[in-house]
Amino acid sequence: MNTQVTIAGVTFKNPVMTASGTFGSGMEYGEFVDLNRLGAVVTKGVANVPWEGNPTPRVAEVYGGMLNAIGLQNPGIDVFMERDIPFLKQYDTRIIVNVCGRTVEDYVEVVERLGEETAVSMLEINVSCPNVKEGAIAFGQKADALYGITEEIKKHARQPVIMKLSPNVTDITEMARAAEAAGADALSLINTITGMKIDIHKRRFALANKTGGMSGPAIKPIAVRMVYQAAHAVKIPIIGMGGIATAEDAVEFLLAGASAVSIGAMNFVNPYTTVEVVEGIEAYMRQYGVENVTDLIGAV
Amino acid sequence: MKEKRSAVVLSQEEIAPAVYDMWIETSLAEQAKPGQFLCIYPKDKSTLLPRPISICEVRGDKRALRIVYRVAGAGTAELSEYKKGESIELLGTLGNGFPLEKAATGKIFLMGGGIGVPPILELAKQIAAARKTDQNIIVRDIIIVLGYRDEKTFLKEDFEKYGRVYIATEDGSVGTRGNVMDAIRDNGLAADMIFACGPMPMLRAVKAYAADQKIKAYISLEEHMACGVGACLGCVVKTKEVDHHSHVHNARICTDGPVFDAEEVEIV
Repeated sequence: MNTQVTIAGVTFKNPVMTASGTFGSGMEYGEFVDLNRLGAVVTKGVANVPWEGNPTPRVAEVYGGMLNAIGLQNPGIDVFMERDIPFLKQYDTRIIVNVCGRTVEDYVEVVERLGEETAVSMLEINVSCPNVKEGAIAFGQKADALYGITEEIKKHARQPVIMKLSPNVTDITEMARAAEAAGADALSLINTITGMKIDIHKRRFALANKTGGMSGPAIKPIAVRMVYQAAHAVKIPIIGMGGIATAEDAVEFLLAGASAVSIGAMNFVNPYTTVEVVEGIEAYMRQYGVENVTDLIGAV
Repeated sequence: MKEKRSAVVLSQEEIAPAVYDMWIETSLAEQAKPGQFLCIYPKDKSTLLPRPISICEVRGDKRALRIVYRVAGAGTAELSEYKKGESIELLGTLGNGFPLEKAATGKIFLMGGGIGVPPILELAKQIAAARKTDQNIIVRDIIIVLGYRDEKTFLKEDFEKYGRVYIATEDGSVGTRGNVMDAIRDNGLAADMIFACGPMPMLRAVKAYAADQKIKAYISLEEHMACGVGACLGCVVKTKEVDHHSHVHNARICTDGPVFDAEEVEIV
């Protein structure tokens, strides 16, 4: 039984990763799961300088999921290179660094710094965070803007580039094609879906930011649909995510066309989810006599 | 060590309107400290996130933890339905807890307001015990000041075992009318340091009082959380100094707290 997958020339021991922003740089959940078991750790977004993020409340629960408006709080690339990368290097797992910025120059600065670090296998470019006013999603909702930033980052990146797409668009295939045309090596989707919750007793927004990104099992059918559409629109590989709670959910994404999957909000619900999904995919393969996990990719 | 595990409900009763008192059997009791909290997972899959609930009392020898909580929404409503013998999923023990060693000398205020009263109980118990056994803890007086809405002064009798108890109620039905600060003024109380937990307006008042009196105050904060373990960065508080995690001015209440030196946090 072979659980390896290869994305843009990078081989992963299995197709299970962590969704950016839900797993830090692995330190916190490393107390619960063996990071060596994961295909990759995808880090929380890192910018060129520290970001404070949004005011609180930053999180709220919704039916079958949650809203967040953290606002990409992060320590900046200097601390990240000194602390987080050496931490992750101790483990036998791939490192994918999520990169955020307010301007193209911000992204390029981080991408260039990460180019010095051979332990980083891939870069994931966050052009889809709905919770910051500048940058991020501003690049991810218009095809020409997405094309422009992808092309610019590709000029500077030493590692293969994953563009993380927003579901908050009219046509996901248009965005997927724009990223591919500009040279993206892979896509990841979906980021969170913009939502809102109002506390009727206090007559206030549940989040200080008013809107937030929705994640959790309730969004999974939307994510599966978008992964399927994107997989049929482009030839580059796709990392699928959105509400994955179990191995069955993960297999669904693989069948829809994802080459790998990421576990996000469910880490908060069950800190052992990542490894349970790894083991569950193996059990599924045994049950159905699947020799290579790659045989599942897009197999519907 | 933080772990998610199953535990068993030993008992549960409503001790004030919508306030429940539950004992849970779990080996997490062996490591639990006053001021730490548990994350309890509802069984209903529409309410996914764990509910952070403070630890009210610890019986390490009996592998038992007590929580006293108020029903605030769907998750705690479900929790309040649990019966003796029922299994419960929890993550713990979380947070730093109160720095007991700072209670070394003099008179101390232990202050709790509303559903911030419960975590003060184990603290009172341990300080009272340490007075007898730990030569470094020379607390002269434990002054417990508790604030409630009305005459439903839950846990009051438990506190009376550990120190002098003063009560404030919003409606004036018991003790001083008003809040814990009013009770301090009303009774002419003074102390050399403070441990406190309660709603944000109370903690702001405690912080201001401590600054004015030039005494130390350690306050336990709460905020909406998702993960409870420091990964999601949902539950931050503004800090005076740059925090060690994100190198901005945001400490994580779940892991750097929930107890902070009042001087270090900006809760305006």
